[in-house]
Amino acid sequence: MDVLWDSTEPLTVRQVGLRLTNRDLAHTTVMTVLDRLAKKGFARRQRDGRAWRYQAAANREAYVTELMLHALDQTGDRSAALASFARRVSDSEAEVLRRALESIGEFAQD
Amino acid sequence: MFPPVLVLAAVAGGTALGAAVLASARWPHRSPGAAILLWQALGLSWGLATVGALAALGAVPGRYGVAGGALSSVSRAVRSAALGFGPPALIAAARLVVLAASATLFALLCWVLVAASAAVLVARRRHRVLLSLLAHGDPKVPGALVVDHPAAAAYCVPGLRSRIVISAGTLDLLDSAELAAVLAHERAHLRARHDLVLLPFCALGRAFPRARLVHQAHATVALLVEMLADDRALRQRPARELATALLRVGTSGASLAPSGTLAAASAADGEMTTRVTRLLAPPARLPLAVQVLVCCAAALLVAVPVTLLLFSF
Repeated sequence: MDVLWDSTEPLTVRQVGLRLTNRDLAHTTVMTVLDRLAKKGFARRQRDGRAWRYQAAANREAYVTELMLHALDQTGDRSAALASFARRVSDSEAEVLRRALESIGEFAQD
Repeated sequence: MFPPVLVLAAVAGGTALGAAVLASARWPHRSPGAAILLWQALGLSWGLATVGALAALGAVPGRYGVAGGALSSVSRAVRSAALGFGPPALIAAARLVVLAASATLFALLCWVLVAASAAVLVARRRHRVLLSLLAHGDPKVPGALVVDHPAAAAYCVPGLRSRIVISAGTLDLLDSAELAAVLAHERAHLRARHDLVLLPFCALGRAFPRARLVHQAHATVALLVEMLADDRALRQRPARELATALLRVGTSGASLAPSGTLAAASAADGEMTTRVTRLLAPPARLPLAVQVLVCCAAALLVAVPVTLLLFSF
């Protein structure tokens, strides 16, 4: 997937395989992975002669944003899918908490 | 002996009243585990008693409790419809209507639980796939995945293939001791499957989106679960690390939050302050005898409606 994200143009299976130089992967392995990415909607593909050309469906940032939106619970409903360490707080509470943090810091320095 | 319909209705009303009282009580913060058990018992008991009270209204008294009475009520109605005799039609019809309401409520409660579980599983699977594409490990947080994003986030994806995720923003924000405290907290969530505790309350919230008490219950149990994980993390890490980690992550998010998310934030208003205060000045745990009493109350809450549904007196 990183190879697809880093490329500006659609790539064939062979080109993807060549760019994965750090790993010794069989042509069919790369083909299977790309096929699965396409089926899951992460990659788009188009016919080019006898081969498929693959392209990332959305850029990496879009997916990171999706992850973080879900993680930070910005959808508003407190779904049970994820468990967040700390909840977002309102500005007034943030002020109280910041003061608490400062007082702990002073306490530690004493 | 009181008729079962009165007892069940009293239990249903009593659990709702009890939930309202428990939501504003202070003692649960002292022993969150016992309080969570009581909340679960209240929820289950309310569901059983409400379904049971309606069923008891439509049931003919019999030897096998309300459930048996409801069945024989239906079978009598079917027989009288087929053969043309039996109890007066009006009474039989009224019984059937009440029974249908009871069955509908029961089906609704089961359905929202299934639907909520399914939605959660789908969301988690999507999340895990994205993580496998985007996240990477980091020696600073062993066992956790790192997502490159400047906002501070730390969370876990519960399930059989659970994940702990830390954002790059959190890595920059916290020192190694605080990170360890965060990991201990998240591991506690995953190990105890706290997500399963919250799932029924989440489902009830979807079934009754307008009911304030249900949302209050959900928020209260969510806070108690966090406290439980905090307590668990305290066995491995000092309280101050966890408290400062909470403060840093909590306050960093506030400035990033767009105005549209204020509703979500205000629902949880005060939670973080409560958790931090509790970490820095831990209240005494409830005496063991009181904890046992709470557990007995929880067992009794569930036992009463179950007994009335299955047996007659």
